[in-house]
Amino acid sequence: MSDLPKARIATASLAGCFGCHMALLDIDERLIELMKLVEFDRSPLTDIKRFTRRCDIGIIEGGCCNEENVHVLQDFRRNCDILVGIGQCAIMGGLPAMRNAIMHSDEPLRECLEEAYIKGPFTQNKTQIIPNDPALPLLLDKVYPCSEVVEIDYQIPGCAPTGDVIYEALAGLLSGRFQGFEREHIRFD
Amino acid sequence: MTQASTFETDQDQVALICERHQKDPHRMLDILRDVQDQFRWISRETMATVAGKTGLTQVAVEGVASFYAFLSLTPRGRVTIRLCDDIVDRFAGLPAVVEAFENALGIAVGQTSADGAFSLEYTPCIGLCDQAPAAMINDVVLTGLTPEKVREMVAALKGGKRPEDLISHRFDALSPYERAKRMVKNNVRHAGAVLLGPVPEDAGLMKALAQTPAAIIDQIAASGLRGCGGAGFTTGMKWRFAEQAEADRKFIICNADEGEPGTFKDRVLLTERPHLLIEGMTIAARAVGAREGILYLRGEYVYLRPLIEEVLAERRAKGLLGKAIMGVEGFDFDIRLQMGAGAYICGEEGALISSCEGLPGEPKTRPPFPVTCGYLGFPTVVNNVETFCHAARILDCGAQWFFDMGTEGSHGTKLFSVSGDCINPGIYELPYGLSVRALLEMAGGEDAAAVLVGGPSGTMIARDTFDRKLTFDDLATGGAIVVFSPERNILEIVEYYMSFFVHESCGYCTPCRVGNVFLQKAVAKFRQGLANPADIAYLKDLSATIIETSRCGLGMTSPNPILSTLENFPLVYSAMVKPPKDRIRATFDIQSAISDARVLAKRRSSIYDKDFTK
Repeated sequence: MSDLPKARIATASLAGCFGCHMALLDIDERLIELMKLVEFDRSPLTDIKRFTRRCDIGIIEGGCCNEENVHVLQDFRRNCDILVGIGQCAIMGGLPAMRNAIMHSDEPLRECLEEAYIKGPFTQNKTQIIPNDPALPLLLDKVYPCSEVVEIDYQIPGCAPTGDVIYEALAGLLSGRFQGFEREHIRFD
Repeated sequence: MTQASTFETDQDQVALICERHQKDPHRMLDILRDVQDQFRWISRETMATVAGKTGLTQVAVEGVASFYAFLSLTPRGRVTIRLCDDIVDRFAGLPAVVEAFENALGIAVGQTSADGAFSLEYTPCIGLCDQAPAAMINDVVLTGLTPEKVREMVAALKGGKRPEDLISHRFDALSPYERAKRMVKNNVRHAGAVLLGPVPEDAGLMKALAQTPAAIIDQIAASGLRGCGGAGFTTGMKWRFAEQAEADRKFIICNADEGEPGTFKDRVLLTERPHLLIEGMTIAARAVGAREGILYLRGEYVYLRPLIEEVLAERRAKGLLGKAIMGVEGFDFDIRLQMGAGAYICGEEGALISSCEGLPGEPKTRPPFPVTCGYLGFPTVVNNVETFCHAARILDCGAQWFFDMGTEGSHGTKLFSVSGDCINPGIYELPYGLSVRALLEMAGGEDAAAVLVGGPSGTMIARDTFDRKLTFDDLATGGAIVVFSPERNILEIVEYYMSFFVHESCGYCTPCRVGNVFLQKAVAKFRQGLANPADIAYLKDLSATIIETSRCGLGMTSPNPILSTLENFPLVYSAMVKPPKDRIRATFDIQSAISDARVLAKRRSSIYDKDFTK
């Protein structure tokens, strides 16, 4: 087993809450077994910022709400053989996509920012300024699920997915035998 | 006059309209149509008055008022111009006509002029494809429009003429039949033996009355007659089910809601053979034991309303409708005319019944089928105009005569409405079993590249299959044959028909309401050259889901424009497919996604604008 080259995994958190990354830790002691099979390349877990080489699996948490998300996602698509969307935000846009509900407006983005930084009933912003530092990436007109920006090979549903579901998916992908999930693992009612 | 008193008199008049319809909630569509005609819109106050009078909630009234395209919740112009937006009209020069209207009226499509004089809007197929481009102006229809005609018409209307005056300066003196003939050409290109040839008056009815109801049904069954609206259910069987149902009341409904784009055969029958139609309905009533009938006429054919009403009155006067028909004691039958209000879905049997009941035109859950539980829960026979006409002729000339025409499984003749790129668009009455090629030769459309048989919910075929036969077993059709020449863009046609289904879905079930939108977007992707090979599988997959899970015939057939072109014109799709670069979606356009933010932040993108520092 140890003679085989380890599979390389990269991960990224786009417009999400980092909860799915935390859920990776819910696979508990199986993490030790997993680490015998894989090594992490670009990922917030390793703090590697750029791909060091091509990866076998890319795991994406979160959807795309700004231009940097799109850039990172496209970079992952170019550098990973298999791209896996993890969690509701990556798959459907999730909570951030609630701003897509502002649709009957001529300027939905302005309306959204004003609600968040100026007009909202619980907003405390004495400067009455909407943040606009040049280092901030430009927002997209709406929040996009990852599959609308690049092709996604697999999706792991959940908010966040349970450790079991994540382990089942990763183990399946690594052995090349991933066939989808057992029904009871992806029921949420 | 003060504001308050206007309001009072307005609402008094609304109340009067309700009284005129016996304050009957089942006549809601009639009430709201009359309100719309009188006030040009239906206000909230009006809905409250109507609700109060009919004993319904205001939201129930609003549900009906907001469902139908010809009822409006905002004020419409005194002259409302509805341009037929069908693909055939577009190819026949609609864009220039639209431009002429917009320039002459000073408003865009979808707008009402500030003085409330004119409204301009689009409407789907109004059944005049053989004389496109066509438009409805209030209750009048105009055909073969050109920009010059439009400019003259608008000048005349602005000069104070009524829309009726555009048809003839002595419009009021003309008989309803002459008016219809002045407005619309029949274009009967080939008269067959059954319907459009010589037809003796009420001969079928006379023979029917000498027989028992069971014998009438036996004859219809033996003739092999099948429904002519498109689905092709055996008429004899339908009548027998209704005859066997035990009930206090039974109904005969004629479906004259001919909405399938490209179909206009019923329009010609209603103009030329209205007596034969009513005769057929009367025979059906005799056969199943019904005393009440409804003729549901689509809103687009309102110009035929006076003609139908005149025919009904004439038949009542002659004792052919009403009590003791033709002197037969105990055989009473009368028909009321129910006007539709611009909803394609109402051609579906269940939706049509809902509409007659004064409800929004939503299909009903089946079973139970209308033959046991239809209008108001009573056994109801719903047949197409052409089917009733055939039935009357079968009673006159015999089942065998009819059975011997056509082919095995498809007996008798059929009216085909041919339109599009051919020399002789119009109506052809021909026996079943003809090949598409033979029909094209008759119509002068031999150089066609594609023919749509049965309208958008039918099949689109290519040159190599023009030998296919027009029968129920091969190419089933309600009668629409739309011819497209080689210079037409197949994907443009498909996208138009998908947008038609998106518009006409009643919205009750999700697969149809949402699925058709997805299909339309996917076809648009192909047209823009942004589709990838997986999108073909996606089209097939999604279509299968919509067909499998929709509640009524609309959703079960709406993916047909896509499925039949995928099958018969595969190169049209594959030519537009590009493998994605780096598996990145071509449909996602980062430049348009960040354009709003660029404006708001007053800066350019450090990632996607190469010259962002400038």
